[in-house]
Amino acid sequence: MSGPLTLTNDFVVKFANVNGSGSASANAMFAKSVLRMGVPVAARNIFPSNIQGLPTWYEVRVTGAGHLGRRGGVDMMVAMNPQTWDKDLAEIEPGGYLFYDSTKPLPASKFRPDITVVGVPLTAMCNTRYSVPRERQLFKNTIYVGALAALLGIEIAVIEQLLAEQFAGKDRLIKANVEALHMGRDYVLENHGPLGLQVRRADGVGDRIYVEGNMAAGLGAVYGGATVCAWYPITPSTSLAEAFTEFCQEYRTDPETGKARYAIVQAEDEIASIGMVVGAGWNGARAFTATSGPGVSLMTEFIGLSYFAEIPAVIFDVQRGGPSTGMPTRTQQADLLGAAYASHGDTKHPMLLPQDPGECFEFGALAFDLADRLQTTIFVMLDLDIGMNEWLTEPFKWDDSRKLDRGKVMTHDELEAGREFGRYLEVDGDGIPYRTYPGVHPNKGAYFTRGTSRNPYARYSEEGSVYVDNVQRLLRKFDTAAQIVPGPVRRDAKKATRTGVIYFGSTTPAMHEALELLEAQGQHVDAMRVRAFPFSAEVYDFIAAHDRVFVVEQNRDAQLRTLIVNEGDVDPAKLIPVLHYDGTPITARFIVKEMAGLLGGAAPSPARKTVPEAAE
Amino acid sequence: MTYLAKPRLHHPSLVPNELGFTRRDYEGSVSTLCAGCGHDSISAAIIQACYELDLPPHRVAKLSGIGCSSKTPDYFLGASHGFNTVHGRMPSVLTGANLANRELIYLGVSGDGDSASIGFGQFAHAVRRGVNMTYIVENNGVYGLTKGQFSATSDKGSKSKKGVVNHDSAIDLVSVALQLGATFVARSFSGDKAQLVPLIKAALSHKGAAFIDTVSPCVQFNNHSGSTKSYDYVREHNESVNRLDVVSPRDPIHVDYAPGTTVQVTQHDGSVLSLHKLSAHYDPTDRIAAMSYLAQRQAAGEIVTGLLYVDPEANDLHEALETVDTPLNQLADQALIPGSGVLAKLNATLR
Repeated sequence: MSGPLTLTNDFVVKFANVNGSGSASANAMFAKSVLRMGVPVAARNIFPSNIQGLPTWYEVRVTGAGHLGRRGGVDMMVAMNPQTWDKDLAEIEPGGYLFYDSTKPLPASKFRPDITVVGVPLTAMCNTRYSVPRERQLFKNTIYVGALAALLGIEIAVIEQLLAEQFAGKDRLIKANVEALHMGRDYVLENHGPLGLQVRRADGVGDRIYVEGNMAAGLGAVYGGATVCAWYPITPSTSLAEAFTEFCQEYRTDPETGKARYAIVQAEDEIASIGMVVGAGWNGARAFTATSGPGVSLMTEFIGLSYFAEIPAVIFDVQRGGPSTGMPTRTQQADLLGAAYASHGDTKHPMLLPQDPGECFEFGALAFDLADRLQTTIFVMLDLDIGMNEWLTEPFKWDDSRKLDRGKVMTHDELEAGREFGRYLEVDGDGIPYRTYPGVHPNKGAYFTRGTSRNPYARYSEEGSVYVDNVQRLLRKFDTAAQIVPGPVRRDAKKATRTGVIYFGSTTPAMHEALELLEAQGQHVDAMRVRAFPFSAEVYDFIAAHDRVFVVEQNRDAQLRTLIVNEGDVDPAKLIPVLHYDGTPITARFIVKEMAGLLGGAAPSPARKTVPEAAE
Repeated sequence: MTYLAKPRLHHPSLVPNELGFTRRDYEGSVSTLCAGCGHDSISAAIIQACYELDLPPHRVAKLSGIGCSSKTPDYFLGASHGFNTVHGRMPSVLTGANLANRELIYLGVSGDGDSASIGFGQFAHAVRRGVNMTYIVENNGVYGLTKGQFSATSDKGSKSKKGVVNHDSAIDLVSVALQLGATFVARSFSGDKAQLVPLIKAALSHKGAAFIDTVSPCVQFNNHSGSTKSYDYVREHNESVNRLDVVSPRDPIHVDYAPGTTVQVTQHDGSVLSLHKLSAHYDPTDRIAAMSYLAQRQAAGEIVTGLLYVDPEANDLHEALETVDTPLNQLADQALIPGSGVLAKLNATLR
């Protein structure tokens, strides 16, 4: 490496902080200021399972090219946490930059010769200016944002505007923060020049919005017509139920009476949460719960009941590192098999696989139509990376002519007119029977719901043939599901190729970037993003049309690959796993490294290979 | 089981109620429980109570968990929707159903295994939330379907049919319900229909969490000497605090008892609970006194029955959540979907 890095609109800044120090809002403001200059960013929280005191990081990728995956590597470290100093310093790329609080002198041995060091005496500045300890702590964050703005060429007026919006109506706070901002900026202008890393105003953001997946999914549930939410707090899903609550308060309060057009219950556990969802679904209300892997484990008996008794339910599973308590504040896509086949006996459940907050909204709403249409549990599989980080995504859209699809519900008038009703009776050839809402008619349409086997008219039966007919119909219903869930999205290589790749969810931006990098190396790969389970025929056709297909996912056991092999009877030798599961979001660098090694001409191997410990 | 439908023939002498329904219209399928099972008497009492209250059967939703008791909703109210859920989880399913449509009457039927063992937590939380429901535990102190294991309501020192002595303390569901804030708490005995039917009527008319613990002997596995849930034992140790008449809002109240021996409590729906005191100083509107009295009589080896506590001003979960009057499952799309204009405004705040 020769000299300091010189990069414009394409670098990574990482903030190393102490949890609970108030850094989060300052860091988020930094990211948003870059966005406001028209330059896309991808920002991620890397945080411990802790409220105060442990190390936490915030990584901002400034990406003029719009690569929203995690890049890997750090060009500038804002090292605000002495606990992690050595590790943080080691992460900086050769030629990179270190920003630190220079109040207390450090020996030369604590630095690296191949990086540029920028010291700002933040603590000293705060101690001089502020007397209240909490102010000293909070304004330190604003001061470093001002200093970074000066170093990286971020327009100060943009940050002043953000402060004005954040503290709207609190003029005193705006004034104090602007002052702190300028303290940092002025110090840098007097003592340091601008760095080689620069943000330059561009037009790369468009009308996109910047939002967390959990918030988007909670909003999706509002638009999907959900009226009952029963949940139990669990990281990383909690903010989904909380977002739903806030949106309901705002959009679902009856303007005349001030009363709620929704009911939200914080249940005593996940079993009660899904029990309430099933009870509400049985009674004709759209209901959901938000949880993570451990919660899904607890819910499995009810999920089987929902499958067999055919009751609509929606579960948002914001996946985290498992198994057991695992890594509750780290991301994985490791609940696929657990969700797809949740419960005892022969069961399977549709899953929607959103790629970003935009799809969290879209699928969040769609899930309720699908649950009513298919009369079963629909999983929406987020992960911590999408759920708890703000992503740049397409603006939310809604077609006002769209009607909620309540599925096959026989009405009072249809019953009155003498239409035949059998709760589990196949009538349309799609495996979906009609249901009635309790209380619909004085003497027609009532039935007894049970988890035990019964005949098409809901009467108890343990006859083998009756049971088999029923579970075969459930398979036909699952085939119907494959036709109505969101289909896969293809992205073909520029040149014809016999190599393909399948991926889903939060892997998407890193995958797209990796495809560009591979293409630049002359490696052409057709790509398919699956958006739901069960898989449509297009997925199996895609595999059939290629000699080998990589399956890229964020878990140890190649769970998507297992589902494809199992459900499509696909030759496992054709599907090559690329697996990332250290709890950090997958990167393009990782995918390229893994795939390029295998693309070198080596024959695909059916054996599971060892994945080297992922970098960083 | 439901494949044994009862013949629909009605005896001409059956008297129709206000809705024109006879008692037969509140029946269900033929019971498959053992002959003499206390649970069948409770089903009969539910049928009688609904008939006497003139309830439209289809406006009742009946829910249960798993066990002998939980099978019984099949044997009454055949015109109602029913839901035999999973073991110990009826309370959560009932809560969700109630949230979806506040206009139906919710009747939860459970057993001592279902509510005091596997479902103890759900029982407790549904009660403390004040879900508007009638929750009946058919309490026989034993697991019937799996042939005679102790349940958590078996008294310490009581003997199983095989001669095993129970060494665990019993859970007294009535005391727990009182402690957790149930607004209607009663105990009865499946063998005392005169006491049980009015209690069920009063519970169904109550707005809030109404709980009835009904001792219901298991003739097969828990009706022997040494059991504290046998017919003989309960008859010998039954200490009834009052006799109840439920007077619907439209009927005139007339009291047969001597002056000073009755208490009248008017519930939300206008129904009047006319209580004839059997125990001179018992006040069924004093929760703390009820808990204290129960503890004293229990220590003396008595099974206290009757309407133990009622709060006529009770509120339910819907009031706490301030939900709209229209049932949530009947809200139209436009009441639910904020529309594209709202999204455009929201998008503007996310840039």
